[in-house]
Amino acid sequence: MEPILFILKILPFLLKGVKITLIVSFISFAIGFVLGIMAGIARLSDNRLIYSLSSTYVEIIRGTPLLVQILFIYFGLPRLGINLDPLTAGIVALSINSGAYQAEIVRAGIQSIPRGQVEAALSLGMKEWQVFRYVILPQAVRNMVPALVNELVTLIKDSSLVSVIGVAELTRRGEYVVAWSFRPFETYLAVALIYFIICFTSSKISRYLEERFAIPGMMRRGSRWL
Amino acid sequence: MALIEVIDLKKRYGDLEVLKGIDFHVEKGERIVIMGPSGSGKTTLLKCIVRLVEPTSGKIFFDGIEVTDPDVDIVEIRRRIGFVFQSFNLFPHLKVIDNIALPLRVVKGMRREEAYSRALAILKGIGLEDKAYNYPLQLSGGQQQRVAIARALAMDPDVMLLDEPTSALDPELVGEVLELLEDIARKGMTMVIVTHEVDFAEDIADRVIIIDEGVIVEEGTPEEVFYHPRKERTRRFLRRILRKRLHAKAP
Ligand SMILES: Nc1ncnc2c1ncn2[C@@H]1O[C@H](COP(=O)(O)OP(=O)(O)OP(=O)(O)O)[C@@H](O)[C@H]1O
Ligand SMILES: [Mg+2]
Repeated sequence: MEPILFILKILPFLLKGVKITLIVSFISFAIGFVLGIMAGIARLSDNRLIYSLSSTYVEIIRGTPLLVQILFIYFGLPRLGINLDPLTAGIVALSINSGAYQAEIVRAGIQSIPRGQVEAALSLGMKEWQVFRYVILPQAVRNMVPALVNELVTLIKDSSLVSVIGVAELTRRGEYVVAWSFRPFETYLAVALIYFIICFTSSKISRYLEERFAIPGMMRRGSRWL
Repeated sequence: MALIEVIDLKKRYGDLEVLKGIDFHVEKGERIVIMGPSGSGKTTLLKCIVRLVEPTSGKIFFDGIEVTDPDVDIVEIRRRIGFVFQSFNLFPHLKVIDNIALPLRVVKGMRREEAYSRALAILKGIGLEDKAYNYPLQLSGGQQQRVAIARALAMDPDVMLLDEPTSALDPELVGEVLELLEDIARKGMTMVIVTHEVDFAEDIADRVIIIDEGVIVEEGTPEEVFYHPRKERTRRFLRRILRKRLHAKAP
């Protein structure tokens, strides 16, 4: 009984961290989405310069550890005169990181649209931006939903890394609790449980959205009917 | 002046020369059927006309405008040419009525109500108004292809290009699509149809063109091409598709 009482006692303190975790994650995800759309489309560009820039971005981010990216932005950038507070630095690092992964999701989502869809739209006299806006994007976004939610869940978990630069999010607050209570077992168990609940709920919502916005009549991989 | 004029059209993919110098023309009001073995370049030819495929060389004119001119407003030309695909290519995320209304709105600039009433009228015309609010993949193949034809027709094109409109369909669904096409032809639409339906071609075509290995090997009225082919290659090809037809008709 006592451990549960302890967890209940520290819960309000941890939940303040949940708020920061969610804010950091959702803002970074949103900024990452904008970056991802731009970089994902850029990676399909015929323009060599645009293609190389976006590919370099994606490859560098995906080829280096997130922890190093966070440390670099918080401790490294001041050397260039860019001083960010921990929260901003954390959001910047997570956004840039997530943008690279979302770029790949966007690219794959667009490439999954059959060539015939584009041809049909063009043959009706649509301009290229109209083909993109009315035919490719709505279908591509549906295809991207599962991967994007997966990315959001990953991002929520990875956001615990910004605790190292002192952002008082969930993990950091767990560390505070351990520091004064010396009870890492109950504390980290509670922290883990909270992460699990957030991520599990997100996946469930995604499942629902996927079915809600599925294209009627289309067979989906992983559909429960198959 | 011909509505469509194709002059010495060539297309190569790397080392593969798919079209080796095609010349033909389509007059206003004419119905042309193109036939030829698989891989002979029929789809490539049709797609070149609307630059869904970029020709390697040669010239194409549509209503006196050079389609192959790099500076031509190809979007404007595509608006005037209807294209029907073998695989329908309806937009699966849009309801049947939206498949027709969307291009009317964004391409023709129609107002919402106008586009929808026109789309509905067109669906009535093909007997599918009860499917207006279904999604394409909830329809049979034959119904999907009829919607695709209606979608192209709704744009009020000067000519329709149809690439094997029935070859992806189960045999029992072919009839309804061919009937619709005959209907459209009766109303005077200029049409270029790639098809292997011999009876249909005989009924509808003013001229039949046989393509093989990227060149036109035979051209003439259905009577000339089907009953008095000049080339041995044509005879072999016709024997093959006629045999297929007999098999299809066997109980
Ligand atoms: N994008 C492409 N890249 C390379 N080769 C291609 C491409 N598109 C078509 N081809 C080749 O060009 C040739 C002609 O193709 P096309 O689709 O025009 O033939 P078709 O007469 O329409 O055949 P089918 O009756 O099977 O539809 C084929 O050998 C095909 O493999
Ligand atoms: Mg073909």
